[in-house]
Formats: sequence, structure tokens, C-alpha cells
Amino acid sequence: MFRIIRKKKLNASVTLMEFDAPFIAAKVKAGQFVIFRVDEQGERVPLTVADSDPERGTITLIFQVVGQSTMKLNALEEGDSITDLAGPLGMPTKLPEQAKKICIIGGGVGCAIAYPQAKSCFLQGMETDVIAGFRSKEIVILEEEFRKNCHELIICTDDGSYGKKGFVTDALKERIEQGNQYDAVIAIGPVPMMKFVCEVTKPYAIPTIVSLNPIMVDGTGMCGCCRVTVGGKIRYACVEGPDFDGHQVDFNELMHRNGTFHQREAECRLLAQADQL
Amino acid sequence: MPNLSERKIPVPEQNPDERKKNFSEVTLGYTPEMAQKEAERCLNCKTMPCMSGCPVNVKIPEFIQKIKEQDYEKAYAIIHQSSSLPAVCGRVCPQEKQCESQCVRGKKGDSVSIGRLERFVADWHMENCHFPVKKPEFNGHRVAIVGGGPAGLTCAGDLAKRGYAVTIFEAFHVAGGVLMYGIPEFRLPKEIVQKEIDHLKLLGVEIMTNMVIGKVFSIDELMEQGFEAVFVGSGAGLPRFMGIEGESLVGVCSANEYLTRINLMKSYQEGYDTPVLSSESVAVCGGGNVAMDAARSAVRMGAKKVYIIYRRSENEMPARKEEVRHAQEEGVQFLTLQNPVKILGDENDRVRALVCQKMELGEPDISGRRKPVPIPDSCYELPVDTVIMAIGTSPNPLLRKTTEGLETNQKGCLIVDESMMTTKQGVYAGGDAVTGAATVIMAMGAGKSAAQSIDEYIQQKRTKQEE
Repeated sequence: MFRIIRKKKLNASVTLMEFDAPFIAAKVKAGQFVIFRVDEQGERVPLTVADSDPERGTITLIFQVVGQSTMKLNALEEGDSITDLAGPLGMPTKLPEQAKKICIIGGGVGCAIAYPQAKSCFLQGMETDVIAGFRSKEIVILEEEFRKNCHELIICTDDGSYGKKGFVTDALKERIEQGNQYDAVIAIGPVPMMKFVCEVTKPYAIPTIVSLNPIMVDGTGMCGCCRVTVGGKIRYACVEGPDFDGHQVDFNELMHRNGTFHQREAECRLLAQADQL
Repeated sequence: MPNLSERKIPVPEQNPDERKKNFSEVTLGYTPEMAQKEAERCLNCKTMPCMSGCPVNVKIPEFIQKIKEQDYEKAYAIIHQSSSLPAVCGRVCPQEKQCESQCVRGKKGDSVSIGRLERFVADWHMENCHFPVKKPEFNGHRVAIVGGGPAGLTCAGDLAKRGYAVTIFEAFHVAGGVLMYGIPEFRLPKEIVQKEIDHLKLLGVEIMTNMVIGKVFSIDELMEQGFEAVFVGSGAGLPRFMGIEGESLVGVCSANEYLTRINLMKSYQEGYDTPVLSSESVAVCGGGNVAMDAARSAVRMGAKKVYIIYRRSENEMPARKEEVRHAQEEGVQFLTLQNPVKILGDENDRVRALVCQKMELGEPDISGRRKPVPIPDSCYELPVDTVIMAIGTSPNPLLRKTTEGLETNQKGCLIVDESMMTTKQGVYAGGDAVTGAATVIMAMGAGKSAAQSIDEYIQQKRTKQEE
């Protein structure tokens, strides 16, 4: 059993939870994920680790409540436990050697995973810029945390209610055109966002790392559910990823495959809403 | 009185029309009377040819003799000397290729139904014997087992009986490996697997779940923690796909994924959260036991049409005959001598058909089986909404990538010597991680020999230290 040490609501649909998981905390690196299972009937769900504290023996997960499992997880409180937490899984993020200047882009809840990347680059002494995009002001998360772990933080909102108005891709293009020479860009967020970031960086030949979120079952290289096409080849996100060279990824295929169980997910949400009424 | 009937005693089974709708066990097992009668068919050959066909050398004529004497507990004790998981082996071993293939009775008529007798004894024991298990005295040595599948469980059991403190590091949330995630409930009830695992716990075996070795601890770290030897039984790994067009469409999955969702995650049961594809018509590509398991699971999940697509003929199918028969009885259609060449999708990128090409048998290939050759212009579209690939696996790269000194062959399988030791001192391995995809009993055999070697290795080390 893995105990919830801290729970904090970051916005209306995003929650932070810190878990007692000393073995994972001692090993996890930026870019790696865990598989959690809330209870005996639960599914195995992958989530990239948002933060860790090896001394306290804890890891932090930040999740958006979207379906059955995240609803169940969100219903738990500090002091409660979940049955399973396995990890760290996947490969840590690998930046180009001697990278000095990095731009990290987070979209929505993807900022939860962009954050450890920023922290890791910043602590390694790289010049770290962060572009964080949200729909509107109410859902901005982790602003303080980012500010402490980067040189330049640009917050964008789609509706202009906070920070710059516009998409992260506009801000990125502007930064590049202003003469910022990035050795690499890391993009983490909704699949369309990662796809468009890659389209921006490609003409400039800036190496772009994306963190993919395909559906998984076991997460240890056994079931093949998480296969993605990268450079025309089948790759397994759970053991070879979840980071890949964004310029090689078939994003359209990933979007389709991630929709495999959309109908069932929608039914779960409806049922949950009905329960609340 | 010996039973001279050429035919073995048939075993009661659930009726196909009934069992298609449930996940309960298909084969119901012998009653004591049936077991008696079948046991009487054994001639108790002095040369014991059956034993030579058993990868773990169960003393077959001896345990059958005890069935004749109605001393079922003694029969169990005899099997248990050699096999740590009798209830499992009695159900899933390919006996017709092993012990039963050597049986003298098989020369004229049916061989003795050794598998069914083994199952009878194991089930009788589980039902009737509730002796407290005595935990062996600790011999002062610790061994780590990576992976709680058939190889690891067997190795753990054998070492625990010799007094070792054994810890199994299991990656999933439950131990059992393929017995839990792969083989379906209707062929191997999970309660039986769990009972065998609980028995190991009573012997003192510790099981740590959610521990992905190579990630959370390296093998070197396990050694630093005081484990004097490590056994790696991490099993088979990544599923193979065919490399044909359309394999990334929604509705294509590996048999491992399909079976894991159903067996391990119990998506067939009300109240469990894991979803599984709901299918009307399913094509399963492959002709092994895993293909049969996937096809028969699809029938039970409510698919109206289920096809097995296999490029050779039924004679060459690697699946057990009984599995093939069961699948046919349950309405699975066998499209043999056909090869999938392309998967077609609809406007939403969901599977709508599998294009198959007809084949004929040509000259024998290296495997000795006649090689299938495509018939020109014979492609056609088979309308399906789900395609399940059951064409094997390649070894998991996780451990070899994270362990220095652990060498693998070209296929990625761990290299071991005759004592089952890998290229790393004190690290042993067995099962699918070494052989590539094979059977439960082969993995158990490997776990057993490794336990013997680990015992010798540690005892020798101790003797040297004492000198």
C-alpha cells in the first residue's frame, strides 16, 4: 500500500498528490513514469512523475480528473492509501550532449511533467526558458514552482485572461525569431500541441523531445499496447520512451489510438455525474 | 484388475454451448472412480518411459500406483517431490508431447491420461488436506528471484524447502506471471494459481510486488543488499507484430494485451475498471496455444465470429490438440493455409477488414515443417473489427540494458551455461528469458535445475569460506 502524504487541489480539475514511495523516490529521474492502481478493481494507469524527494522518500503525481481511475484517485484524501505504485518506468529524458540553452514547453496539465524537466535543466546549470500554456487564467498551475526553476517564464492563455494571449507555438516562434538559440526544445502536453511545436522547430532544425502518453496496460514491455510509430518503426513507449524525437513521431496515429476507449471514458464520466446528482 | 481398454476414460467437460458464455473451467476433472479406472490402465513399466518425457522428472508410475491404492495423499507427496505446481501442470502441460507421448499404452490405443490423473491428485489434495505447512529452518543464506512466473515460483519453492530465505521481486501487482496474465480462467482458474503461491508463502517465501528489477533496483544492488545469488525468470517480453500495413489501426492488439486485460485485469468481470475491445468479429493471427486462448476468450467476450488465421495447415499447428478441439467446439473458425497481408481501416482508422492470402504447402523448411507458399492472386478481404496478433514475443530488454556483464545472444535471450548460470557470477536464469517463448513446464524445469545449481554454488562458497 502506498500512502498519500499530501493532497492539494491545483485548479478545478487538476490535483497534486504526494505519495510515500521511498524505493521509487530514490531512483526516479525527470521523464520517467509510474503505474498506479487505486484499488483491487482498478486499472493500471501510467503517470509521469512530477516531483520527487529522495530524503523524505516521496514522489509527487499531478493529474487531471478525466476518467474512472483519476476520479477514484481524486476521491482519496491525505492518509488514505492506494494498492499499487510501480516504477520508476521508462527511460529518463536524454538531452543533446553539451546542451546549454533549453526551452521547455508545457501545455495544460502537461506542465506537471514539464516542471521536473525545468527543474532538472535549471539545476544542471542550463539556461532554461519555460513557456507554459493554458486555456485561461483559472487553470494556471505551478507558476511559483516554475519561476524558481527557470530563467524566463512565459505564460500564455488562449483567451488572453493571463500572461500573453495566444498559443505556446506563437510564443516559441517569437522567442526563436528574437534570436534565442535553443540547443533543444522539450514539449509536453496534449498531442496536437506537441505536434504543432514540432512543426515550429523543424525548419530551424532544433532537436525537439516530446513525452508521449499512449494507452498502457502493464507498462513494463509485455503487452505492446503503448506502441507508437517513430521514424516509420514500431517503438514501445513504456520501455523505449516515453520520450521520443518529436520530428519522427506519427502524431496522428497516436491521436487515433488514444481514442480507442473514448466512448467508454465518456460513459464513465456520465455515470459519475449521475452519481453526484 | 488392470484396465485393458484401449481408450482412456473420458473427462467430463462443460458443454460447448454453455461454456461459450462463461469463464468457468472447461474441463471438470476426474471423479475418484474415474481416476481409479484410468490409473488401472497404467502397466507400471519397469523402465518408466513416461518419466523420461517429463521435464521435471515426476515419478509417474509411482504416483499412479498410489491412486490405484486410493492413497491420494501419498500420490500427491510423490508428485510434489518433483513438481512445485502440480495443479497447474496437470492442466496446462502439453502431456501429449511429453510424458504421454512415451507411454507404452499409446502404441496401441490411447496412452494413460497422466495429465488428468496429476490434476485429480492435486485437486484432491487442495480440497481435502489442510495440514499446517512447516517452514524449513533458515540456513543463513538469502536468494533473490526476479519474476514470479512459473520459473521463479519453482526456483523459490525448491530453495525455500532447502532452508534459504527467498524473496521474489515481481513487476506486476500479483505474482504468477503468465499463469495470471496469460492463461485464461477457463483453462487455469486463478484461485488455483493463488493457492499454489500461498503455499510458497507458508514455506517462508517473501513476495514483493510492484518491483521492476532493472529499474527500482539493479541486480548489483540486490547483491549488495545481501542476496548471495539471483535467479532471473523475467519471462518473455515485447509482443511481435507482423510488420504489415494497418497494424496501428484501432482494433489491432497483441494477444498479450488482449489476454492481460481479460485475465490479469479481469475486464470480463463486472466492477473491474480496465476496458477491453468489444468485438463483433475477431481474427486471431497465429496457431499456438496463445492464439487459441485469445480466440476462445473472444468467444466468451461475446464476439459473434472468431477466426484463427494460420499460414500452415492444422497438422503443423503448434497448439495442443485439446485446445484446438475445444476452440472448434466453441465455434472458432479455422482459416488455415492463409496469411494476413494487410489490415484495412475505416474513415475513423478503426479496423474493418483483414486481407488474407491463400497458401499451399511446399518443401519442408529448417523446422522440418512444410513451408507455406503464397498462391498468386488469391487475396481476399475478411470483414472483422478486431485483429489479435499471437505470433510470439521477443525478450524483454529491461534487464540486459541495466545490468553490466549480463550477456545475451543475437535474439536477446540471456546466455546461460549448463548449470543455468548467466555470464555474471552468482546470477542464474531460466524460462522464457533464456529460451524465448516456450512452455510453463519447461520454465519450471529450468527453475528447478537453477535451484539445484544455486544451492551447490552457495554451499561451495560457504565451504571455501570456512576453510
